[in-house]
Formats: sequence, C-alpha cells, structure tokens
Amino acid sequence: MKLWTETLIVLLILTNLKLISSSRLSACIRIVAVQGILLGVVPLLAGQNPLTWRIASLAGLTMILKGMVFPWLLLKAMRSANVRREMEPFVGYSASLIVAAGLLGFSIWMGRQLPMPFAVASPLITPMAVFTIMIGLFAVISRRKAVTQVLGYLVMENGIYAFGLSFAQQEPFLIELGTLLDVFMAVFVMGITIFHINREFNHIDADRLNALRG
Amino acid sequence: MGILFFTSLGVIQFSGLFALALGRQSRLANSVGSGGALVGALIGLVPAVRLFFTGQIMTVYRPWNIPYGSLSFQIDALSAFFLLPIFLLSAVCAAYGAQYLLPYRETKNLGASWFFFNTLVVSMALVVTARNGILFLMTWEIMSLASYFLVTFEHEKNQVQHAGWIYLTATHLGTACLLALFVLLARESGSMDFDRFESLRFHTDAIAGMAFVLALIGFGTKAGFMPLHVWLPEAHPAAPSHVSALMSGVMIKTGIYGLVRILEFLTFPEAWWGGVLMIIGLTSGILGVLFALAQHDLKRLLAYHSVENIGIIAMGLGLGLFGIATRHPVLACLGFAGGLLHVINHALFKGLLFLGAGAVLHATHTRNMDQLGGLITRMPWTAGAFALGSVAICGLPPLNGFISEFFIYVCSYAALGSPDISGPAGAGIIMGLAMIGTLAVACFTKVFGVVFLGVPRTACAEQAHESGWIMVVSMIILALGCVGVAGAAPWIVSLMNPVIARITGFSAGVVHGHLTIIQQPLESVTRISALLLAGIAGLALIRHRLLARKAVAQSPTWDCGYSQPTARMQYTASSYAQPLTRMFGAFLQTQCQYAAPDGFFPQAQSHLHTHTDDLFTRRIYEPVFRTMVRLLHGLYWMQQGHVQVYVLYIAITLLFLLVWTL
Repeated sequence: MKLWTETLIVLLILTNLKLISSSRLSACIRIVAVQGILLGVVPLLAGQNPLTWRIASLAGLTMILKGMVFPWLLLKAMRSANVRREMEPFVGYSASLIVAAGLLGFSIWMGRQLPMPFAVASPLITPMAVFTIMIGLFAVISRRKAVTQVLGYLVMENGIYAFGLSFAQQEPFLIELGTLLDVFMAVFVMGITIFHINREFNHIDADRLNALRG
Repeated sequence: MGILFFTSLGVIQFSGLFALALGRQSRLANSVGSGGALVGALIGLVPAVRLFFTGQIMTVYRPWNIPYGSLSFQIDALSAFFLLPIFLLSAVCAAYGAQYLLPYRETKNLGASWFFFNTLVVSMALVVTARNGILFLMTWEIMSLASYFLVTFEHEKNQVQHAGWIYLTATHLGTACLLALFVLLARESGSMDFDRFESLRFHTDAIAGMAFVLALIGFGTKAGFMPLHVWLPEAHPAAPSHVSALMSGVMIKTGIYGLVRILEFLTFPEAWWGGVLMIIGLTSGILGVLFALAQHDLKRLLAYHSVENIGIIAMGLGLGLFGIATRHPVLACLGFAGGLLHVINHALFKGLLFLGAGAVLHATHTRNMDQLGGLITRMPWTAGAFALGSVAICGLPPLNGFISEFFIYVCSYAALGSPDISGPAGAGIIMGLAMIGTLAVACFTKVFGVVFLGVPRTACAEQAHESGWIMVVSMIILALGCVGVAGAAPWIVSLMNPVIARITGFSAGVVHGHLTIIQQPLESVTRISALLLAGIAGLALIRHRLLARKAVAQSPTWDCGYSQPTARMQYTASSYAQPLTRMFGAFLQTQCQYAAPDGFFPQAQSHLHTHTDDLFTRRIYEPVFRTMVRLLHGLYWMQQGHVQVYVLYIAITLLFLLVWTL
C-alpha cells in the first residue's frame, strides 16, 4: 500500500514539473487534469482504514471536478479566447525547471521542519503538498497568459488539498466540500473573466492590464 | 427597561433597512425612514429618563464568539445622561429632515440616506451603552462610517468629496489611537470588558498617563479639540443640515463621553491631566470663536462654534480632573457638572442653530451670508428661533448656555481662593471664558444682523419664504428646550448627582453636599431671569399699547437720509467683523485680495475678497501631508500594474514568514 502511495506522490511531483516546462496551453490543462485525478486517488490508498463512504465520495467528487469539469471549462475558455501557446514567459522553460528543482529541495527541507501532530501516510506527502503550492504560485508569477494563471491558482489549490489529505481522517467533511466549492466558483468566474477580457482588449496577457492601474 | 431600549433601537434600525429597500420610491422611503427614527427615538427616551427617577441600572450580558468580545451593555447614570440628548435631537432632526430632504426626492436615493441616518442614531446609542472594548470599537466604527455616508450626501460636488475625505481620514486616525488605548488597557487587565477595567483601576502612573494621552487624541479627534478639529469646518457645511445638527449636537459629544468613561477607569488622575485639558479647552474656545468670526459661510461659522463649545466643555472637565487630583471636591463636582451640563445645552442650541441655518439654506440656496439679508420679515419663525439660539450660545443670562457657563465660573471662583496651582488656573479660565463670551456675542450679532436684519442683498434672499411647518415646529421644540433647561436649572442640579458621583467616585451624599453650593445662586439666577422676561414682556405690552392708536409707517432699513439707498450700502459680514479680525490678524492670517477704487470717478472695477483658511490645516496638516505624499511617491516603482508582480510580493512575504517561524 505504501509503495502505491509513494508512486502516486512521485507522479504528482512529475506532473508539476511537466506543467512548468511545457508551452502548449492544452498540454498544461491536460496535465492539471491528470494531477486532479491522481489527487483523487490518493485518499483511496492513503487511508489506513478500509474505505468509508466519506472518503470515497470525497475522492469521486475531486476526480470529477478537478479531472473533468475544470479542464473542460478551461479548454472552452482557451478556445474562445483563441490562444494556443504561452509565448515569452517571464521565466524561460529551462530556467523554470531549475527553479522548480530548487523549490523541491526547499519543500523537502520544510517538510522535515514542519512538526506534524500525528502520523501521516507517507513522509513524502507534506513535501509534495508544499511543492505543489509553490509551483502554483510560481506559475502565477512567471507566466503571462490568464489561462496559465488560472492553472497556477488551481495547482496551488491542489497543493492545499493535498496538504489537507494528510488530515483527511481528522478533517471535517464539510471543510473539504467547502474548499472544492470555492475552487469551482473561482475557476468558473475566472473562465468568464478571461473571455470578457479577451473580448475587450483582444488579448489575455495579464501583464498588459497595467493600463488599468491607478 | 432593557426591552424598551432595544425595541427602540430595533424600530430605528429596521425602519432604516425598510427605507433602504424602498430605495427609489423616495417619498415613501422618506416617510418610513424619518418616521421610524422619530418613533424609535421617542421610545428610547423612556428608559433614559426613567433611570434618573428610579436610579435602576440596566445591564445586559451575552457571550459573543469574537475573541475578547462580549455583547455587554449597560445604561448607568452617565450613559443615560448622554442618551437623553442623543434620542431627543435624533427625533427632532428626523422630523425636520423629512421635510428638508423632500426637494431631493427626484435626484437622490433618499432611502439610502435614511438608512445611514438611522444607523447613525442606533450606533450612537450603542456607543454610549457598550461595556466591552471590542463592541465599543465596532459601534464606534459603524458610527463613523454612517456619518461619512451622510456627509457625502451630495457626493457629485467636488467640495463635498474633499470634505468627506478629510473626515474619513481624521476619524480613522482617531480610531487608531482608540485601538491602541483599548489594547493597552486589555493588556493590563487581561480582558476587554469595561467591568474588568473598572475593578482593576490602573495604578501604574506611566500606563495611566499613556492611556490618558491616547484617549485624549482618539476621542479628541471626534470631539474636535483644537489641533484635531480640522474635519469639523469641512464636514458640517458639506452635510445636509439635519445631519450637521445631529453630528454637531450629539455625535461629537460621544468623544466627550468616551473621554469621561475612560477617566472612570483611571483613578486618581494627576494634576497635569486637568491642566492639559484646560489648556486645550482655552485654545479651542478662543481660537474656535475667532475663526468663526472670520467666516462668510453660515454653516462653517457654526462648525467653528462647535469647536468653541467643545473647548468650554473641556475646561469644565479639566477643572473637575484638577479638583480630584488636588483634593478639592468642590472643584471636581462643579467642574464636571458644568462640563456635562454644557454637553446637553450645546446639543440643544447648536441643534437649533444648524436647523435654522438649514431653513435659511433651504429657502435661499446659499450659505454665503453676504448674499442674504432681511430674512426676518420673510421667515419670522426661523428668525425668532435663530435669535433665541444665538442668545443661548453666547452664554447670555436668561437661557441655558449661561447656566452651564455659570457652573464653570462658580467653579473657577472657588478655585481662586486656594493657595496652590488651582488659583491661577481658575483665574485663567475666568478670563478665557469671559473673552469667549464676548467674541461669541460679536460673532452672533454679525450673523443675525447680516442674515436676518437689513434688506435683502440678492434676489435669492428676496424670494425667500418660511419653511414648512414641520421644520418650524422642530426648531420651536429645541428653542423651548433651551428655555426649559434654563428655567429648571435648580432642579436639574439634583438630577445630576448620580452622574457626578459615578465619575468622581465620591458618594452621592458628598456630591450632593458640594452641589448645594450652587443651588442658591442658581435659584436667584432663575428668579432674575424670570423677572427679566417679565420685564421684556411688559415693555412689549407698553409699546403695543402706545402704538395702538397711532398710524405706524414702515420704511426700508438704512433709509436715513439717503435718497438712493442700495442693499450694498449695508454692513457685510466681513466689514462688521473687520475691527476684531484685524486685531487678531496674527492668528487668523486672513488672505485679502483688494483693488482700491482710484480717483473721484473710478473707472476700473474695484473689489475686495477675503478668505480665512484654517490655521492648522494650512500651517501643519497640509505641509505634513504634502511631504508624506512626496516621500511615498518614491515607492511608486513598486506599483507596476502587473498581477504577477503583486503575487510575487505576497509569495515573498508568506515565504519569509514561514521560514522565519520554522
């Protein structure tokens, strides 16, 4: 069981690296969808107890929302805004990979430092969560297109969710549902906003919105 | 008793919400909002009045899940003493406002305006009853925000936006000090509940001194103590008149309430506290009335008079504190009694004057006194009420303004005899108070003469007409209040016993003993006033009799011998005040643009334009804020307008905090 969990965690880390190193937006959206599905599987394997309906429904909802609904919304937004690639990111793709390696090291160091009040399924789960949050933030900071920024936000939320997974046994069900709903609303709103920004300005480059500053 | 109080607040708040929901149906919203405020405020008067007769203190306590917070209310003597003017003036202003706002029904959302008005009334009532620091600060903030939205009623005007901005900045700087104050008190006592503050009684000198200074700045900003008063002359003219009346009459007094309440927790005040308050009082009083004298804008002038009267209140409180610190119970009782009585009196006459100014503005659409004149024949009721208010605010004998100033005079005379520092302090107060009174008389003869007497200077004054009956009745009620307080003065003293006992910490018996000193003189004051009024009535009667059988002709004012008199020959507001403004030119620093006529038959147009800015705004605040803006401009490079960069700032901050704590 532990072996499966750790395989999943490694796969999750790899999805993060793939996200940061690919320029095609549709590939980015797909990799985030894969990440969502993988995240949905984690609680099924990490739980020490036999499967409860609570964990199962949580996993199911996660997979449906993060693996299917969000990617579909974003793909639609991408097509309507007519963008295919992330051109000229602030940080290049190879440089991004180096930064990601640094962040991974930092996350592992931090995972050691963070005191955990109880035993977690795997010692790798906390570093993975922190790493995912940081990659999300990094994507928001270093990319130009609004779609990529939404992806970054989504990945960050994935990281927070993964962090919450280590508490899945302790954490109230309602909080999990609340987080999911939150993300759902956010992606929904952002999808609409991207469409509207595109219509108004003929581009969705977030860095060119500075004409609006006070 | 608690039920009545909360019913009243509920009625006011819900009618406000209802008015808000009615929104654009302005006429209905106007009636619902003002009617609710009127009924609610009248209900609210009942528990406040009853406390003075039964002495029963109302307490409500409910736990609250905000950290350190509790829903804890109490109406004790001090709260009830402030609730009285709050509810009374709110009721009158609500009725007045219903008619005053009616012309705006097409252009403005009156529902929103009434929502904020009613919220302001409720929050003021909660501020003076809250017994928990968190609760107090929250209601305080609601009060500030509600009044901000009321001030910016005509938000499309640049001047109003500017005024609102100044008010918002000032009030938040004050609140920042209050936050620091309550955190300080809570750190010492381990709780935010006022009961806990009170039982602890801070003994550490340094802490108590710091708390006093914080309270002085925080509450002084709201009250309008002199260097912190700058928002008053901006916000009061900008607001609709019934709101100016409410804000100037009672809202700024919540600052006085807060200061007195905090003093209750800091037992054994030191003498310098009283000294500081007296100096602030003298400065605010004298400079306030001087700047009032130099104004041309009627409501701005009244706003400066609020600063002056807050100064008089501060003198009373300062003498009281001085009395406690130097173990002169007479000083303590009389000083606090005078200061607090002036709170009620000022609410009555300043409310009346602002309502009167509102009626003038309503009829003529201008606040500039030099465009008015001759209104006494066109608006006789308003003129009469305004005259009465003017007499009261000048502190002249038959009316209530004199009564509270009399307390402070008697208190200062009592101080004169003592060998220690209170002697000179008392002498200073007497001189200052006399000077304020004189200048106030000069100022209000100017206002009344220029606005109501003479002949109209412009067409808008010519076409003025008396306001509607609701507005007139509102003014008459306040005028009757002024007369009533003056007439009932000897009995009011005994009603003030519990309030003074609560503040000074003396027993009711001791306070009663000291306050009887003034009982006797007050009775003779009332008698003489009654005689004076009877004399005036008698003279009027004789005049009526003498004129009854004679033909009475009317001719224009200033007609004496001129063949072609024009309205421009009259004294203007600036020319009447000129000898005094020149005498105090060093303080006022009036800017004057003057083109003199030349020759016997001048061809070029000559003109004179004077303008008196606020001394502190021009000399202190503007330079300070300008420097601040210049310095902050150096940080402009940080604002790139890139979303990515802002997220980077947040990420760096979070990472730094995370690494720091690990």
